[in-house]
Amino acid sequence: MNPLIRTILQRLGFGLITLFVVSVVLSLLVGVLPGDFATRTLGQAATPDTVAAFRREIGLDRPPVERYLHWLGDMVRGDFGSSYSGAGSLSGNRRAVADLIAPRLVNTLFLAGLAALIAVPLALTLGLLAALYRNGVYDRLVNLVTLTSISAPEFFVGYVLALFLANDVYFQIFPAISTVEPGASIFDRAYACALPALTLVLVIVAHMMRMTRASVINLLASPYIEMARLKGSEPRRVIVHHALPNAWAPISNVIALNLAYLIVGVVVVEKVFAYPGIGQLMVDAVRNQDVPVIQGCAMIFAGVYVLLNLSADIIAIATNPRLLHPR
Amino acid sequence: MNNAPNTLDVAEEAAALAEHQPVIVRRTRVERAWRELRKAPLTAWFGIIVIVLYVLTAFFAPLIAPYSETELVGGPFDPWSDVNLLGTDQLGRDMFSRLIYAARNTMGIAVLTTALSFTVGGLLGLLAAVLRGWVDQIVSRIVDVMMSIPQLIFCLVLLSFLGTSVLNLVLIIGILDSTRVFRLTRAVATNVAVLDFVEASKLQGEGLLWVMTREILPNILPPLVAEFGLRFCFVFLTVSALSFLGLGIQPPSADWGSMVKDNATLISFGDPTPLLPAGAIALLTVAVNFVVDWFLHKSSGLKE
Repeated sequence: MNPLIRTILQRLGFGLITLFVVSVVLSLLVGVLPGDFATRTLGQAATPDTVAAFRREIGLDRPPVERYLHWLGDMVRGDFGSSYSGAGSLSGNRRAVADLIAPRLVNTLFLAGLAALIAVPLALTLGLLAALYRNGVYDRLVNLVTLTSISAPEFFVGYVLALFLANDVYFQIFPAISTVEPGASIFDRAYACALPALTLVLVIVAHMMRMTRASVINLLASPYIEMARLKGSEPRRVIVHHALPNAWAPISNVIALNLAYLIVGVVVVEKVFAYPGIGQLMVDAVRNQDVPVIQGCAMIFAGVYVLLNLSADIIAIATNPRLLHPR
Repeated sequence: MNNAPNTLDVAEEAAALAEHQPVIVRRTRVERAWRELRKAPLTAWFGIIVIVLYVLTAFFAPLIAPYSETELVGGPFDPWSDVNLLGTDQLGRDMFSRLIYAARNTMGIAVLTTALSFTVGGLLGLLAAVLRGWVDQIVSRIVDVMMSIPQLIFCLVLLSFLGTSVLNLVLIIGILDSTRVFRLTRAVATNVAVLDFVEASKLQGEGLLWVMTREILPNILPPLVAEFGLRFCFVFLTVSALSFLGLGIQPPSADWGSMVKDNATLISFGDPTPLLPAGAIALLTVAVNFVVDWFLHKSSGLKE
């Protein structure tokens, strides 16, 4: 298990470096905010005193390094600071960013998880079938359809679904607006986010399927596959028993890449269906220049992304005996 | 003026040659391109025709559009009629005209951004491949880190701090996207940079720029051209997604992404009009993908 642990540590180290750089960039950017930023946040009526107080509150009077270390220390303990909305007002009830993010992160993970649960098995099956019957009618048709659905923006797919499946003019099957009541059962939740999940499935299945097909076909060119074919194994057996075990590494990579893509694609899809996820939160924060919320959301997105890439590498090693037990 | 006798000589020479070797017909570039095109599959033809139509629309937008981009011509959300072919948008501007002007804005920005990303990424990639050593190391590590952050999220963060303007949009997406171009250029250029003819030109004393652009670049052009198409699609979709989120091209400029966002309420009444700008985006990316697919197949002899 030695190389496995070494790789995990290596990748973990690189992931941490990446997150460190992201955090530095995020905190440096606060310093380059345009000058009227405080006025915009506090409103036109803010007195110079209030503006100065606000700048002191968010730490702009302190040197950048100190500010960064302070922020980093808080963040490691799970404290992302407080949102700017409501800053400077006398009541001063600023909400903690962690409290804003937590419920929305759960929603987003639920949506992404649901989409992945449907998309991964579907894409693998379709991809293997396309590799099995390659250059046939089925393969060509699937190629055309997937190329088209990869090219379409997520909001196109989403609105087409909304038009035909959530509309009394055509079929009123699913809700067009995915509102999630707190404490709703898991089936209610799944029903509420059926359309966003379906949109995500359509977008990533195409991608995953094409990459699965390509990586299996790539393997089919190797001599040991030709050997299996020459000794008279049927095509299905060649693919499932001979090609697939070696294809797990590239396929797991494909899955991780697409799950990472899912995390980003979620931003647009959440907007289409007004789903209360972390993507919506971040877009709103960007529009209002609510810096602590942007920083928190960006750190979480980057963290999930790094983690997914990390697990892809680990699976690639774990499924490859040659890497697992080196001579 | 002193060219005249020269060209005559050439013409005579050519005539003389033609008498002796009538067999070999040198085809011009246009003829060769046409021969390739005739063999192209139906999907590639479809793609080329669609792209040409889009480009023509973008160039001649003021001639085709019945109204201007910002003119109020009716009430908000008027239905399709003879006056307003596709109805009006949320402010009462002509939908059809805005669709046409948006071709100009959205495609123009996407082309500009892709060009920027290729200039930056391509030059750095070639530089890293030729110089290697610490230049390569530094640039590659920076690119590694930049690529390990989801691109749309990075865009959102930068846009929020630097402000949403067309210039910022082009710069941010262009620089972020150049990381992918860098990876590809470096990978293919490294293979060429170690070949003998590059070594020879270096020994001959050619400058760095010459080696990069005259020796290596022509040999790695086909994959780069294909990549240009793919990156254009990606940039185009990113710009549209940002506009759809309200953070890209700002009003009153017409743009397909924000047109979808502004008119999305119509969907819940069963009116498919907001799908038109979204479909316009999809159709162009599909077309470019078809052409790139064919080009890749042809230039690399890619066989499965």
